[in-house]
Amino acid sequence: MIKIENIKKTFGDKEVLKGISGTFEKGKPNLIIGSSGTGKSVLLKCIVGLVKPDEGLVYYGDKEFTHADRDLKTEIRRQIGMLFQGGALFDSKTVEQNVMFPLNVLTKMPEDEKLDRVNFCLQRVGLENQNDKMPSEISGGMQKRVGIARAIVNESSYLFCDEPNSGLDPQTSILIDELILEITEEYNITTVVVTHDMNSVLGIGENIMFLYKGHKLWEGNKDEIMDSGVKEFDDFVFANKVMRKLKKMD
Amino acid sequence: MESLGKYFIFLGSLFVNRETFKTYFKLTIDECVSIGIGSIFLVSLVSFFMGAVTTIQTAYNLINPLIPDYVISLVVRDMTILELAPTIIGVIFAGKVGSSMASGLGTMRISEQIDALEVMGINSASYLVLPKILGTVLMYPMLVILAGLLAMAGGYLAGVLTEVITATEYVYGMRFDFNEYTVTFALIKSFVFAFLVASISSYKGYYTTGGAVEVGQSSTAAVTQSVIAILLADYLLAQLLL
Ligand SMILES: Nc1ncnc2c1ncn2[C@@H]1O[C@H](COP(=O)(O)OP(=O)(O)OP(=O)(O)O)[C@@H](O)[C@H]1O
Ligand SMILES: [Mg+2]
Repeated sequence: MIKIENIKKTFGDKEVLKGISGTFEKGKPNLIIGSSGTGKSVLLKCIVGLVKPDEGLVYYGDKEFTHADRDLKTEIRRQIGMLFQGGALFDSKTVEQNVMFPLNVLTKMPEDEKLDRVNFCLQRVGLENQNDKMPSEISGGMQKRVGIARAIVNESSYLFCDEPNSGLDPQTSILIDELILEITEEYNITTVVVTHDMNSVLGIGENIMFLYKGHKLWEGNKDEIMDSGVKEFDDFVFANKVMRKLKKMD
Repeated sequence: MESLGKYFIFLGSLFVNRETFKTYFKLTIDECVSIGIGSIFLVSLVSFFMGAVTTIQTAYNLINPLIPDYVISLVVRDMTILELAPTIIGVIFAGKVGSSMASGLGTMRISEQIDALEVMGINSASYLVLPKILGTVLMYPMLVILAGLLAMAGGYLAGVLTEVITATEYVYGMRFDFNEYTVTFALIKSFVFAFLVASISSYKGYYTTGGAVEVGQSSTAAVTQSVIAILLADYLLAQLLL
């Protein structure tokens, strides 16, 4: 479980996060949604410590992270898997080396076991026989999937995904969502997914946090989104045609 | 001034929270290979011609019949060892290796590869930069030695082919009144220059923010600042050690 308290972040004179609190639970996907530029990625980076919040606390279990010393930070980070918005694959390494990387630096697994694990993860994201390709040789969607494989390879207890299915076709998107859901439930880990895809929201939105201009305006699950009573959230949800039709049918 | 402070903090951060020795060993070897192979052709080419041109021009300037011909190769030798090989090649090296280091790290920064390392609990500065500095400090002195030898060979060929000096006199001049300390001095210089180029370029690349344009800017700034640092250090070392 991850708990955040009153996270604030300002870049220059631009207030991006204006005090966000919330809880991300174990064993189900937690979604952060909101339109482009509202600070979703920044919030995610504050949680994993890539951006230092100006104010606020982040708890991993019962351990506070933002003020932790270097050793505790490293200890927590070694249980984190993260998929970045752009994939962030190491461009000088092959697909296989990318996915194996966390195992190389974080574990003492023997070579053949590592390879098995890598192939297993690549197969789970639907990328068999691409092991020796370089990131520049595969498509953007494939890079994303390699990124997911790299994030889950070490069986981390915390999984963060920044827009895992942007740039993917609807079918692959659903596969990725299902994969995230499966992994989360199967290993009982804490998963935080940033997205603005209504499909994902409806598919795996067990615990949704809606951000708007640096504030958290709404919280709930996928069954409650139709009647949230928050205007900004309705605007976001019903920007989607299908959602508008659904609303009418109700 | 502030960025100088940040530069020293950056250098300090390379030595905390490191990975295993084995990891660094492998990475350093990789860097050595890429630095060596990447710059050997350019360094050889430049130094060979530098030696040749220096010989011809020195001969052209020494027309006084009282000065024996072997002085030509003696001048070539001392200029090569003291200044041409370590410093001029250093400037070229900064352009070649420094810019690629800065743009490589800059690209890793803007495409979040550095963030990806940090999230895994790896000290990205140390993991990425320390092998680059070690590799450069190991390889550059070797390149300087090679450059020195090639420059003298280039001088020999140019001198003998254009008949401004005979082979025997060239070799005589090369050996005449040779002071081994100049070689030591050249090696000290190359260690210092290598460290400066690698650390400044890495620093510039590592702290890139923005996008592709900024990567280009970091890479240019890396070369400019490395060259300035080399020239300053060159002057200081000459004052201190000669
Ligand atoms: N390092 C930074 N320095 C300055 N401003 C930043 C920085 N990082 C983010 N911002 C600003 O913070 C705001 C929120 O950015 P963020 O990347 O979190 O948006 P987002 O919600 O993830 O959007 P998207 O859905 O498009 O990814 C943006 O206006 C951005 O310009
Ligand atoms: Mg984002």
